[in-house]
Amino acid sequence: MASHWTIEDLKYWDDKIREKAEEFGLSCFPQEFEICDHTQMLGYMAYSGMPAHYPHWSYGKAYEKLQTLYEHGMSGLPYEMVINSNPALAYLVQENSLCLQILTIAHVYGHNDFFKNNFTFRDTQPELTLSNFKLRADRVRGYIEDPSIGLHKTERVLDAAHALSLQCSRNQAIRKLSASEQKEQVVAAAHPTHDPYQRLHKQPEYVEPDLNRFPLFPEEDILLFMRDNNLYLADWERDLLTIVHEQARYFIPQIETKIMNEGWASYWHHKLMNSIDLPQDLYLEFLVHHNQVVRPHPGDINPYYLGFKLWHDIFRHCQVSAEEEHVGKPRKGGREGIFQVREVDRDASFLRRFLTEELMREMDMFEYQPKGEALVISKVSDEEHWREIKTTLLKNVGMGSIPVIRIEDADYGRNRQLYLKHDHDGRDLQAEYAEKTLSHLYQLWGRDVWLETRMNDRKVCMGYGEDGFVQKTLGRFR
Amino acid sequence: MTTVFRAYSQSDALRSDRSAKDRLRHRQKVRKAIRDNVADIVAEESIIGQSRDRIIKVPIRGIREYRFVYGQNTPGVGTGQGDSEPGQTVGQVPQGDGGPGHAGDRPGMDYYETEITLEELIEIMLEDLELPDMERKRFREVLSERTSKRKGFRRVGVRVHMDKRRTAKSRIRRRLASDKDAEDNETKHRFPFHRDDMRYHRLREDMRPQSNAVVFCIMDTSGSMDTLKKYLARSFFFLLYQFVRSRYVNVDVVFIAHHTKAREVTEEEFFHKGEAGGTFISSGYSKALEIIQNRYHPSLWNIYAFHCSDGDNFDSDNAATLKAAEVLCQVCNLFGYGEIKPRPSGFYEGTMLDLFRSVRMDNFQSVLIQRKEDIWPSFRQLLSRESESSKYDE
Repeated sequence: MASHWTIEDLKYWDDKIREKAEEFGLSCFPQEFEICDHTQMLGYMAYSGMPAHYPHWSYGKAYEKLQTLYEHGMSGLPYEMVINSNPALAYLVQENSLCLQILTIAHVYGHNDFFKNNFTFRDTQPELTLSNFKLRADRVRGYIEDPSIGLHKTERVLDAAHALSLQCSRNQAIRKLSASEQKEQVVAAAHPTHDPYQRLHKQPEYVEPDLNRFPLFPEEDILLFMRDNNLYLADWERDLLTIVHEQARYFIPQIETKIMNEGWASYWHHKLMNSIDLPQDLYLEFLVHHNQVVRPHPGDINPYYLGFKLWHDIFRHCQVSAEEEHVGKPRKGGREGIFQVREVDRDASFLRRFLTEELMREMDMFEYQPKGEALVISKVSDEEHWREIKTTLLKNVGMGSIPVIRIEDADYGRNRQLYLKHDHDGRDLQAEYAEKTLSHLYQLWGRDVWLETRMNDRKVCMGYGEDGFVQKTLGRFR
Repeated sequence: MTTVFRAYSQSDALRSDRSAKDRLRHRQKVRKAIRDNVADIVAEESIIGQSRDRIIKVPIRGIREYRFVYGQNTPGVGTGQGDSEPGQTVGQVPQGDGGPGHAGDRPGMDYYETEITLEELIEIMLEDLELPDMERKRFREVLSERTSKRKGFRRVGVRVHMDKRRTAKSRIRRRLASDKDAEDNETKHRFPFHRDDMRYHRLREDMRPQSNAVVFCIMDTSGSMDTLKKYLARSFFFLLYQFVRSRYVNVDVVFIAHHTKAREVTEEEFFHKGEAGGTFISSGYSKALEIIQNRYHPSLWNIYAFHCSDGDNFDSDNAATLKAAEVLCQVCNLFGYGEIKPRPSGFYEGTMLDLFRSVRMDNFQSVLIQRKEDIWPSFRQLLSRESESSKYDE
């Protein structure tokens, strides 16, 4: 079916939407829309929406997977794709109907506002997003084209870097201490604190701090640690690690705010579409699409659904409390409230603060556990269990789905071996994946690497070295 | 706030297949993974007698993207339809079908099964054999076009045509020209390659003669050949046929079924008809020789013959069989004998393998197949003889 719309139509509706968005108080970057066909869309999706991106076989794999799913009707194309940049860039699929285009435009402004205002995106340098990706792509291509390096060597380093790219410090608000600051802290901590009753108390013994330990504090940024401390890496290898690390950092805010962000965009497209006087036929079509987007996925979490529900609830609460306190301007009060929330939260804190027992019951939330091959409901949201279910959910959102692993000792056995510790929180690592990831780590470090973790209630230590993989049980846990 | 709309442009769309290279790389990795598992696939899949367009699901290992991820004891949270009760099953633990399942942070989201056509699989299998070209007879030649002859060099081209040696040399030349103290600097600074250093092969079209071949499939269809034995034999014929087909432009196939008497049959009959009775292997060989004499003169055709049997021959026929085998060796490029003996039945039956040991011809090879898993290694063994003795006649 040929599309029944022109660019002029889009501009007409865009003007209306933008006007309303400003009226509602959304604060957006300038917006650019590009009309593309579905093949291009698959390409953008495979490369995280970026117009320029370095090559790697895994993106070819992503493309083929998306294409297969699309061709078999397993998943539709998303209506839109927005990237966090200034100006914000979004793609519209040419084949879509006018109604879908309008809906998408409204949705995009929601994302745009979120990118601009949520605190996790503050350090992403949106003005430079596109050029940064382009420059990194050029660097990687340069190494591939360089006959003394070439595709295979480049790919090997990228493979290893990708495996570890999300093993980095989660909280970008916490500043990293320099080496001398770290030393100061260790020394300061070793000195006994001032005790006003020191005559009565037994003086704690002063223990000389071990300043030769390296790193002084456990280190989460594995790629950067490799880059800065493995002297045997070539410059181009270091550069590849930097590139992968920078791109991972760019995407972490999006991982951290998936539910909030999609919910926010859905909340606003709903509001905007209701306020621009759509003709009847478009409006009815919109309702169908809207319900498709924010419908629950039985047995799973649909971030659009969960986010949409929560934002509605928050707005209602803000409005109620605002009505009580400031009689006369209830609507503004409600909006101020949600604007503040969109600025200061990430998924984990957002859910912790606003996911109530009532909402969980309404959405029939449950916890499931694997039992053999099946996933079986273990708890439902009743009075007794809703908190536990919420805790499980909080653990699984954002970067919570990435195991926390820190470098404890880079001179293990006085032999420059690497010793890492998994911060076990009840969830075991997947053994095969851990083994293969360790082999990547070994490749980057060049000496034996060890990982201490817990498997089936036993403390184990996995290692990877010249002779391959080894695993030792260190004893029963507890 | 301003908004920009960029209209769809078809030329952009045509130009922008940027994932092409990455898809190709991924595809290569898949191929390699399949190649590593080819023996398993040949043993497990029913690829014989299938159309070449048939899609085969192939399990592959080795192209997952590994990270640290949580394992099986990780609980998840979902939403229901209002009637959820503890104990209900809400889904399956993701098994790597790539579908949009639960929690994307779990392993198994990477699909470890891929689909390829039989055509591709055969190509991969032959790649895996890594055999040189077979000996060819030059008499009946067909010209076929190839585009692989190198001729000269140029500065632009695609990566696969790059001449590394020349590229490296021109870089050294440029370095020496650009800096008098080049040698001191060598250790201090990287001197990167420049676009101007690149040298690529220029290619010209090349015509090559090709010759024709015929494959003789000779099988024992006596009463003792049961379904499993026939399946194993067919697998072998199939591989041999595909292999020969990949090396020659025109390939004929002749099917000969024999028990005490031999006759030429169609492919359908060959694989699906069983007959009762005893066995004279020599009858099959004689039939082949007769057909060769009538239709495929050895000076004009490359002849490949392969015989499968369970080794249960009448003793009185053994002498004649040996003699016929030797004659066959003289006219064939390769003559192979495969003895199909699924265990444990083999121990109580006769064997021709001992008998054939006395055939001392370079192009004779015999193998023993006991299980499905033996097919691939046996086939490689069969053809390794061919590669050892192969000569290039071009």
